[in-house]
Amino acid sequence: MDLLSLFPEWVLVHGPAAIVVLPLMVGALIALSPSEKLSWATTWFVTGLSGLMSLGLLLQVISHGPIAYAMGGWKPPLGIAYSVDGLNAPILLLISVIAFVCTVYALPSVIAEVEPEKRSPFYAAFLLSFAGLMGMVVTADAFNVCVFLEVSSISTYALVAMGSSRDRRALPSSFNYLIMGSIGATFFVIGIGFLYMQTGTLNMMDMARVLQDIGPGDRVVQLAFAFIVIGLGLKLAMFPLHTWLPTAYAYAPSFFTAFLAATATKAALYLLLRFTFTVFDPSWHFISNALMVIIAGLGILGMLAASLQAIFQSDIRRVLAFSSVAQVGYILLGIGMATTLGLTAGYLHILNHAIMKGALFLAVGAFWYRFGITKVSDMRGLGTTMPWTMAGFTVAGLSLIGVPGTVGFVSKLALAQAAAENGWWWAIGVIVLSSVLAIVYVGRMIEQAYFQPVPKINDKYIKRNEAPLTMLIPLWTLALASVAFGIDSHWPTSLAQGAAQVLGDGPILLVRETMPAIPAIPSTGGH
Amino acid sequence: MTAQLALILILLIPAAAAVLIPVVGNKPNVREAVSILAGVLLLGVVVWLVHHVGLSPDNRPELFLIEFAGGFELKLKLEPLGAVFAAIASSLWLVNTVFTIGYMRGNKEKNQTRFYICVAIAISAVMGIASSANLITLFVFYEILTLSTFPLVTHKGDAKAKKGGRIYLMILMATSLGLLLPAIIVTHVLAGTTDFQVGGIFPAGFSTFAASILLFLFAFGIGKAALMPIHPWLPNAMVAPTPVSALLHAVAVVKAGVFTMLKVTVYIFGPDLMGETPASTVLVWVAALTIVLASIIALRKDNLKARLAYSTISQLAYITLGAMLATSFAIVGGGLQIIMHAWGKITLFMCAGAIYTVVHRTEISSLNGLGRSMPWVFGAFLVGALSIIGVPPMGGSWPKFFLMMGALDAGQQAILWVLILSSLLNVAYLIPVAARGFLLKPDNPRSDAQIAAQLKKHRFVRFAPVFTAAGAFVLFFFIGPLVDYLKPILPAHMTGGL
Amino acid sequence: MTMVFEHFNFAVVIVLMMTGLFAVFASHNMIKKLVGLSVFQTSVFLLYISISKVTGGRPPVLSKKELHGYGGYDKAGDGADAAYKTVSETAEIIYSNPLPHVLILTAIVVGVATLAIGLALVVRTREEYGSIEEDEIDAYNYQDNLEGASR
Repeated sequence: MDLLSLFPEWVLVHGPAAIVVLPLMVGALIALSPSEKLSWATTWFVTGLSGLMSLGLLLQVISHGPIAYAMGGWKPPLGIAYSVDGLNAPILLLISVIAFVCTVYALPSVIAEVEPEKRSPFYAAFLLSFAGLMGMVVTADAFNVCVFLEVSSISTYALVAMGSSRDRRALPSSFNYLIMGSIGATFFVIGIGFLYMQTGTLNMMDMARVLQDIGPGDRVVQLAFAFIVIGLGLKLAMFPLHTWLPTAYAYAPSFFTAFLAATATKAALYLLLRFTFTVFDPSWHFISNALMVIIAGLGILGMLAASLQAIFQSDIRRVLAFSSVAQVGYILLGIGMATTLGLTAGYLHILNHAIMKGALFLAVGAFWYRFGITKVSDMRGLGTTMPWTMAGFTVAGLSLIGVPGTVGFVSKLALAQAAAENGWWWAIGVIVLSSVLAIVYVGRMIEQAYFQPVPKINDKYIKRNEAPLTMLIPLWTLALASVAFGIDSHWPTSLAQGAAQVLGDGPILLVRETMPAIPAIPSTGGH
Repeated sequence: MTAQLALILILLIPAAAAVLIPVVGNKPNVREAVSILAGVLLLGVVVWLVHHVGLSPDNRPELFLIEFAGGFELKLKLEPLGAVFAAIASSLWLVNTVFTIGYMRGNKEKNQTRFYICVAIAISAVMGIASSANLITLFVFYEILTLSTFPLVTHKGDAKAKKGGRIYLMILMATSLGLLLPAIIVTHVLAGTTDFQVGGIFPAGFSTFAASILLFLFAFGIGKAALMPIHPWLPNAMVAPTPVSALLHAVAVVKAGVFTMLKVTVYIFGPDLMGETPASTVLVWVAALTIVLASIIALRKDNLKARLAYSTISQLAYITLGAMLATSFAIVGGGLQIIMHAWGKITLFMCAGAIYTVVHRTEISSLNGLGRSMPWVFGAFLVGALSIIGVPPMGGSWPKFFLMMGALDAGQQAILWVLILSSLLNVAYLIPVAARGFLLKPDNPRSDAQIAAQLKKHRFVRFAPVFTAAGAFVLFFFIGPLVDYLKPILPAHMTGGL
Repeated sequence: MTMVFEHFNFAVVIVLMMTGLFAVFASHNMIKKLVGLSVFQTSVFLLYISISKVTGGRPPVLSKKELHGYGGYDKAGDGADAAYKTVSETAEIIYSNPLPHVLILTAIVVGVATLAIGLALVVRTREEYGSIEEDEIDAYNYQDNLEGASR
């Protein structure tokens, strides 16, 4: 591919480490920056650079296969390995692109929502959170996952709490998130501990190899799986472990909600895929049972219950947050099928949902920025007062429902096809039902905006007051992406198929002998 | 002219008009000329296509547009049913444009440019529906039609118009997204395709249970067919200016609905599967109930347009009935009803519009004696009404005959009585309108005479209804060619009896 | 009975873990919740450290002589190989596993950070609401919701 030749060699070799180390180090530095503009520009630059490097890595993976990187030159399985393959490269690109796009939006939004002296630390925390997510996805070391999980979580708690200057309820919701998140992360650590006990290694590939020797009968391995699924379930807002999510999304600063909704649960979902399918063996009876009963079952429960809850929320962001829980349910349903089609559909929805939910939350942030709107009932007349913002919201909203020509349709169709192929006819019924519920909760907001009169102040209609361009451009980038990938879905679908291919190959049996040669480390870099 | 070119032209001509109209928007005469010119061109191309499709069963022009997500394709393909629908819509668009110009100018409506743009887009969407090759293409144009007609329904812009428009949009969008789209997806998953094929696309031995559920989803998902209880959008849409009601709610929108219904039953399920599916029997009775109930409601409406709206709901259910009976006679009867009802009902609506333009009256009870001063308009109304009732020698008598035959073929004698009852109810709610005009004395002879004198100013508005009334009459004599034309939509083993 | 003593470390871990979780879920006081969370996390540290002990194993510290014998750790690239050799070729000397200690060192740092953020949140909550009891805060939030609705 020609595009690939544009990337310098070092990006392709050291990219896996650079996309994590760069934001981590810069994040620490800009916490000290006196100027918020400088912090913003640096953040923007770093996320953009990470996005470019992720793109380079993705292209490299597509054309030349997986990339392995040994941290500090310590050979796996003793050293920490980073690896990029068809499963995590698209997620890396997704996270960094969303971060880049959202950062543009942050400029006006953060000024409006965060106190001046906290703005530089805000960007610093954001970069740490970003680095944590990237690290979770790129690393091939199980304990390293825990560390990055905590890096992103802790900075997320702080960022959610920064919404307190807008609404004090951000504080208890951040605290609630902290308690639930820490329990989840600790469960995950326990699971990894048990796995380490049995396998004596932390490298995922090595773990998979040893686990194959141990076999499915080992009780400790079973327990480890249970702890890992519950721990990740908390992080990815699997129904009914989602209770932290609606309040955290509702009261975090607008910009961060958009980023969080689009990426945080997605990284956890990736980990669920990675552990279930490539570390453990999905053909083991307890895992196939768990996939079918727990993952798919809770997914379906979430699709229905959370959609239903979304209908009765009065706060716009809570509506969308409950909708996120429901959409995670779609993804879990696809994963639970454990067929190539099901995994493709689930993975596709990970990408697609990030795009549309990001756009929706950006639009909601713009409503607050101009008019201080947080309630669905306050949205009346927005179609007239903020036509462009509202149009972007509507496009993304239609995508959430699953109208043809949008990404939502593509993934729901793929999911329905997968369900049919798997013989789960009732699942199609559930998808339909959940989509009908989505029509209700999205329709409710669109109806307010377009069919209710513009409110009056002192007997005068409120004037048109469009969001600034720095908000509109990111919003419309995502909204248009949701249409473009809805009309021509070949690219995301091929990425999802590539990911399903990796998952379908089962546990990674690459042992250290077959690991690709470790790239030369420059004498200055590394550790 | 190659058929493929013609196929894309029927979509592009109205679309081009929609682009041109705003350019010349400030010159009303040029603007209207563009509309009429587009109408003439479109009619020409459609007539050529209709002729082309009728020549041989192999002449089915096809055009691939783009491949959509997940194996769905946007594809056009014209077959006889679609050709007939396109022909009605394009011919009546032209007639209606002439009428619209008289009406809009006579009533000094605002935002006329927007009005003509939306109508042109709607016609383009109708052409897309008529020529779509699979369900997903049909769905896309179906939604465009809903959205493009919304500004027309709310044209007046007052609170009542907005409320009506809201109900219109909500019901149509909710049913199409909530029921029709899932039905299409499930069909795609089950049959592997959504392409329309003679005889249906489901494999032999397909589960009748699944087919039943799908059929229910389709029947109520196609909200534009106004099957009860999905009908409230139609009376609410009557807040639109009369030409919109005439064209869209007698021809384009509702006919797009029942056309979709026929397409689904004939080309997706296929008559054979329809006969085996228990749901079709249930839906036959839903349609029968709609026919009778809507007629009874129509009887109680004093507002002329409201009465016509409920009459439309009742008459549309005839087509659904034909589709659900799914015998050869019933299906052809349904197809004929699309044609005949369109000509009859547009006549009635244009008469209502003419009356409103001239005397500004909307209530039936206020029409006493008006027929004496407006004989042409009321004459046209009478002819249209007779056609709707189904009195020979009006075109509308044929579909009723075919449907009765179809009901007998299907072993549903009771439906025969429903149809007879419905005709009686039609008489009861349509004839009094004309009778009041011709037979009763005017309430206030002097003012009526003055108003009638105004008729000269609005000479324009009476041509169109008289023309369509004549059409409704003439069509009676073309039944042979029409039935022959529609025959190829049926699988080969069913065409014997016709 | 022997089973209990053989798995004594697990019994302690379980007791601590359940105590911690109970404290998190049962108390309404934010500080008490954090205390519970810390106890819960500590139980996991204990789990890791106790499993690293190898029966009869020495502390995993190389003496100078041994270091000399294997060339030391001066070059990073060779480090992995050297460590690997240490494990495989010196089977007669049994070491306890050092890795869990390192992991838990990281986990302790994480735990401290979580606690710090949690305490900071408690302080801020107290400033905003004047209370750190969750049921009282819920009552205030309920009030906020009502005010929001009437706006």
